Amino acid sequence: MSAALKQKKVGLTGNSAVAYAMMQIDPDVVPAYPITPSTTIIEEFSSYHADGKVTGELITVESEHSAMSASVGAAAAGARVMTATSAQGLALMWEVLYIASGMRLPIIMPIVNRALSAPINIHCDHSDSMGARDSGWIQLYAETVQEAYDNTIMAVRIAEESDVLLPIMSCQDGFITSHAIECLELIEDKDVKDFVGEYVPKDTLLDVDNPVTMGAMALPEFYMEFKRDQSNAMTRAKDAVSKISAEFAETFGREYGLFESYKLDDADVAIVVLSSAAGTTKVAIDKLRAEGKKVGLLRPRLYRPWPHAEIAEALKNVKVVCVLDRADSMNDFGGPLFGDVRSALFDLDTAPKVFGRIFGLGGRDYKVVDAEGVIGELYKVLETGKIEQLNRYITI
Amino acid sequence: MEKYTEVRWHGRAQQGIVTAAKILGETALAAGKYVQAFPEFGPERMGAPVRSYNRLSDEPIRVHCSVTSPNVVIIVDITLIAVLEADKALPSTTSGTDGDAVFMVNTNHSAERLRGELGVADSVKVFTLDASQISLDTIGRQMPNTPMLGALAKATGLVELDGLIENFKASYSKKYDEKVIAGNIEAMKRGFAELKGE
Repeated sequence: MSAALKQKKVGLTGNSAVAYAMMQIDPDVVPAYPITPSTTIIEEFSSYHADGKVTGELITVESEHSAMSASVGAAAAGARVMTATSAQGLALMWEVLYIASGMRLPIIMPIVNRALSAPINIHCDHSDSMGARDSGWIQLYAETVQEAYDNTIMAVRIAEESDVLLPIMSCQDGFITSHAIECLELIEDKDVKDFVGEYVPKDTLLDVDNPVTMGAMALPEFYMEFKRDQSNAMTRAKDAVSKISAEFAETFGREYGLFESYKLDDADVAIVVLSSAAGTTKVAIDKLRAEGKKVGLLRPRLYRPWPHAEIAEALKNVKVVCVLDRADSMNDFGGPLFGDVRSALFDLDTAPKVFGRIFGLGGRDYKVVDAEGVIGELYKVLETGKIEQLNRYITI
Repeated sequence: MEKYTEVRWHGRAQQGIVTAAKILGETALAAGKYVQAFPEFGPERMGAPVRSYNRLSDEPIRVHCSVTSPNVVIIVDITLIAVLEADKALPSTTSGTDGDAVFMVNTNHSAERLRGELGVADSVKVFTLDASQISLDTIGRQMPNTPMLGALAKATGLVELDGLIENFKASYSKKYDEKVIAGNIEAMKRGFAELKGE
């Protein structure tokens, strides 16, 4: 690996780090409507805009539905577009999310994960972005402030990759990382600009020499072909994530994969969990490893597309897996991550036993002792060979 | 397990404890530590009880949960001791602390009297500082966070007084005028000098 480029160590909140990355990327258009806990991303980006540190257009719209609509319009016109949102804001964007992905517009959207109402709650869970998991957007989930910053930069390249061209959500946990100051390394402005490069759209509405129609009607004769192409692009997005993450590691020295494996090689039991809760889980794993328990962790970083084959390979020698979901699918079966992990493991010759637990909804704290409790449950299943309860709520 | 020092700040909204945790975190980071600084958000109304937290370590910090067993507790509003003791929905000011804990309270009462009010063991260190009066003298209004930061440097050695002053100058010189900066620096110095305790 070549020597990583010079970087500056600072303390920033997750939102400040993402706003800083947006300033460095300097997208052509940012349509914005702030909502807690993503507000400070837009607030700080607006300051950069007011101070002349960015050259793009900032459009202060009247709702998130308008923010995503304006994003679609600007992206169709050939602009590099970013916006940010959370919870109800993402929910209000709903119909336009599918238009963005169906029109193959590589819009980049940091998401600060927050619970959906009702009851009203401003704190972290994943019910907002999990609801958008089938909307045709790529989804990355970050554990730390550093990763939220790095993912924002990589997201630009992933979305705009010529054989991908899909919108992307770069998610981090509301308040837990978005409002927590942590240590991170900031890349120099010029190096960010070099890494993301200039966006050269293939087809744009403003290219009058090469007129195209976008967002046209496609009835039964053609609609399915559009969807098949979109689906194939999502398949290719996985390789784009690997390729661009490798290039990022080569350039800046921080390595990210499709998922993170922690002490999985010899693990008898494992926890699968997204985002900031993985860090807390690792501390519990170290504690129980010291007592001789063979515990590991798998933290998906890329959730859409779902790297099912790679995850099955990584978990094939584990005997019992607990999937922790910070969202409930309200289906009497289990959370979204549970369903995806269990399904990915189904074709293994000796599939691990898999159970799910719902945790941390609406900002409920998930502590080291909670992770230890899950490991205790994993060992009980390992010893008895029986899953007593396929799914239930913990941290309650 | 991870080794780190955990700090819990108790105050009321608008008393500056989120800023205090930020300054402490950034100062420790500048001195080479790994840090976290984060608030606990509740209803956003002036005067509501709020908490903020720090973790400071020589190693990377991986946990992402609230601080429940603090090594240092800083109470910038003394009325919260009784209020939080009575409120079963929120942790009391002594919640989760052990015999090695350090308490720092903004009050003009003696440390001995505060030890009684807190009801902590003899091995616990209790320090007091009249941070409200210092801030009135130096800044012209009740802003007990900066004197408490100066006192924290003295009581715990987690950061240096000079480091706090440097951070404050660098972070706020654009935002505030010279008089406010000088007042806060004086407040930190007096906090460091006037801390009382046992």
